[in-house]
Amino acid sequence: MPESNERGALTEAVFYILLALYTPMHGYRIMQTVRDLSSGRVDLGAGTLYGAINTLLEKKWIQPVAGEQGSRKKEYTITTLGKSVVESEIKRLQDLIETGGKIVRGI
Amino acid sequence: MKHIVRKAFWDFEKEEQWLNDMSARGMAFTDYSWCRYVFTDTPDQQYIYRIELLENLPTHAESIAYLRFLEENGVEVVATYMRWVYLRKPASDGVFDIYTDIDSKIRHYQRINYFWTVFMIIEFAAAIPNLTLGITNLLMHEPFGNFSYGNLIIGAATLSLAILFLALDLPLRRKIKKLRQEKAIHE
Repeated sequence: MPESNERGALTEAVFYILLALYTPMHGYRIMQTVRDLSSGRVDLGAGTLYGAINTLLEKKWIQPVAGEQGSRKKEYTITTLGKSVVESEIKRLQDLIETGGKIVRGI
Repeated sequence: MKHIVRKAFWDFEKEEQWLNDMSARGMAFTDYSWCRYVFTDTPDQQYIYRIELLENLPTHAESIAYLRFLEENGVEVVATYMRWVYLRKPASDGVFDIYTDIDSKIRHYQRINYFWTVFMIIEFAAAIPNLTLGITNLLMHEPFGNFSYGNLIIGAATLSLAILFLALDLPLRRKIKKLRQEKAIHE
């Protein structure tokens, strides 16, 4: 199961978190950024975000930024592996749009 | 001014709703101990409250890390009781939910479901031998001594508790099932 999951669709939350982390940032900024990127549609709860960050760290799709002394909040950034996941997700979404468009609108 | 309200809840979502109703009327919940809620006067609708069952006790390292993350995100930990935490956020910050996707909602409900199931099993485990012994002894005209009614009373009490915990658990199981169905068709 876990292996086939990696090749499947990403959840919207994960997709947006990964996009947000092309710029390193901490938890609260991630929530704000995801809200802005999705025009307010995806509003991450703190519990959901916390769980997602831990899962993404485990999968090494994101990593903590080596903290500066004195900065209390942990910052995260996307990894090369994470970027390749985003790339293949974009490819998958493009395929969906193409196939959908062909059948529904005959484009 | 401080107000103390004594009240018992079995359903955490009803409890949450009640705390939010109180907050809407200018009574902000500030502390909890066994069935005892402390409120202070605030402007109406100052806070939104949420209740969560943690995976570990609040003193556990993982819970500490999680609660610190919540606080960094503007969520205030108002009170803790066993593994339950009472959280709030100023209503001016907008919508406040801890879990916003189906997966994490299911996981939270499952934690609570498991919490009640453990109690239910303990009560059934206490009820069955008590009832069996009490009834057997009574039917056999008490060859083991005059204690049948004691067993029957304990048996009936624990059985009622087991049924209560089962009743608490059923709506949760239904909610989990519904969320799973929803997940099969969309996020």
